[in-house]
Amino acid sequence: MFALFESFRSALESIRAHGFRSLLTSLGIIIGVTSVIAVVSIVQGLSYTINAQFAGLGGNSLTIRSYTPFKKQLQGRLAKLRDSDMAAIERRVDGISHITPVLFTQTGSQGAISYRSQTSFSRVIGIGPSYLDVNSVYPQEGRFFTADDDARRRLVCTVGVDVIEELEMPDNSVGEYFRVGNEWCKIVGVMEKRGELLGFSQDNFVLLPYGTAKRIMGASRDLDIQIQLLVDDMNRQDEVKERVRRVLRQEHGLRPGEPDDFKVQTAEQLTESFNTVINMVTAVSAGIVGISLLVGGIGIMNIMLVSVTERTREIGILKALGATRQDILLQFLIEALALTMIGGLVGVAIGYGVGAMVAAMLPGFPAAHVPLWAVMLSFGFCAAVGIIFGIVPAAKAAQLNPIDALRYE
Amino acid sequence: MKEAPVIQLQDVYRTYEMGDQVLHALGGVSLEISRNEYVAIVGASGSGKSTMMNIIGCLDRITRGDYLLNGINVGDMSEAELARARNREIGFVFQSFNLLSRASALKNVMQPLVYRGIPRSERKRLASEALARVGLGDRLDSRPNQMSGGQRQRVAIARALIGTPAILLADEPTGNLDSKTSQEIMALIDELHEQGQTIIMVTHEPDIAAHCERVIHLTDGRVESDRRQRTVAA
Repeated sequence: MFALFESFRSALESIRAHGFRSLLTSLGIIIGVTSVIAVVSIVQGLSYTINAQFAGLGGNSLTIRSYTPFKKQLQGRLAKLRDSDMAAIERRVDGISHITPVLFTQTGSQGAISYRSQTSFSRVIGIGPSYLDVNSVYPQEGRFFTADDDARRRLVCTVGVDVIEELEMPDNSVGEYFRVGNEWCKIVGVMEKRGELLGFSQDNFVLLPYGTAKRIMGASRDLDIQIQLLVDDMNRQDEVKERVRRVLRQEHGLRPGEPDDFKVQTAEQLTESFNTVINMVTAVSAGIVGISLLVGGIGIMNIMLVSVTERTREIGILKALGATRQDILLQFLIEALALTMIGGLVGVAIGYGVGAMVAAMLPGFPAAHVPLWAVMLSFGFCAAVGIIFGIVPAAKAAQLNPIDALRYE
Repeated sequence: MKEAPVIQLQDVYRTYEMGDQVLHALGGVSLEISRNEYVAIVGASGSGKSTMMNIIGCLDRITRGDYLLNGINVGDMSEAELARARNREIGFVFQSFNLLSRASALKNVMQPLVYRGIPRSERKRLASEALARVGLGDRLDSRPNQMSGGQRQRVAIARALIGTPAILLADEPTGNLDSKTSQEIMALIDELHEQGQTIIMVTHEPDIAAHCERVIHLTDGRVESDRRQRTVAA
């Protein structure tokens, strides 16, 4: 313990004595750790907020969408979900409390909205009345549309707050008319503000009754819809999911062995698939950092080897004064270790600074968040690099013959 | 009963193999040095006096024979035990001072005590005392390159003595100094001898050897003569 402490002290003295060289030596480590901490802090900050948002999404909702494998896409055979599919699920699957179709308008003129001289684009979505319950979203002004609006295909809609803003409508816009595609729609409600996600507004949308949306998009066309449903008992979610799958396979006439042409996803799976992306980004950045730390480590080994040669005489003196091989080994090893650890420390500090700065500069980006594991991992890696690349020079120093070392010029 | 000698060499050989040639740096040296002796080892270059010094200083191992340091056989020692012996029993003073160039005088003198596990504050106290004893009490924070040759050698002597070694082993201690400074350093070493320090000095200068009470003359790795003499005061 005493020897460790003394070695640490002399290592720090030696690093300070060669300040500039020490800085250059650990620059590789500093840059490596800086980049990983910066990337991780941004990505984790994102993940933190997104997970918080997903948590509000309702754990027991299922989303069903069509899925066409790439090969079939090339052949032009697109899978679709239709009204009949939803009807079949409603009829044949138990344990569903709410179900709604979701119809996204195709890009193009259908997304164009205008009011007086203002024109803009928005996501226009056709939904059933249960949409509110499935997604736990509610209007803050006015009302939501009724089953009657849907059945009569009335040209009414509820909008996100951004639509009001972009079209420069008056503050109380309920009752105003504006153009969606080629139709005039009456605003009956304004939805609660949801804020931004990844810098994209979540409040730029127009919700139409499903029937109305189909009318606008042309009822004759073979539309592809999504189906959202709410399972009434959370514990039966898997069971319901499996049942939905079987019903849809039958409806689509899929033979055993043929893959599903649709996907049933839980909110949890959405979070998971997002987390998969996050983890991949983290892993890739960790890999890059691993390489840069490796390069940094080689740099450190190089400098340490030079340093051993340069300090041969010093080593000889220390040995004459009674330093054992172990003392010398420890001294040089700890010097390498101290170099990498200080590099790691500086890297974590700068990395956090860069992450926080980037997050602050990008509008709508969540605050940077550095998880403890990333810091620990960085330090662990730095320590490992220090030991691995320090051991060779340290062993070389320890093995020096004192007589030769003393005679070294 | 007579006290055991500090150093006992019995038929000591140190041979180097160079290709198929065998070189005897030391070829059967036997001698004893007792406590409080003041010995000069002299000889021409290549006579084996450096090898002798390295062996006595536990820096080198003998090829054949026995070397007893304070009654303990050095030949049986492990690497770590040799280091320990260098730390506790030997105080080196070199011709070229061999100070740690990056460290202050104080740190240089403190260094041997690091390997004994003595706490820093105690090391500091002992080292400043030792430096005061060699007349450098006011140069504690000077670095070697800020000091004259004589001052550097004084630091080296303070460092050699801080561990209260059995032997002060000096290798041409005045070789790099001018004659006036040499005199001063020799006066210091004489004084140490008077205080009871055992001193072994390797030199090729007769006037330096004249300070010693006993002169061992080496030629071709053997003891040619070993005589006692009246000393000359510095």
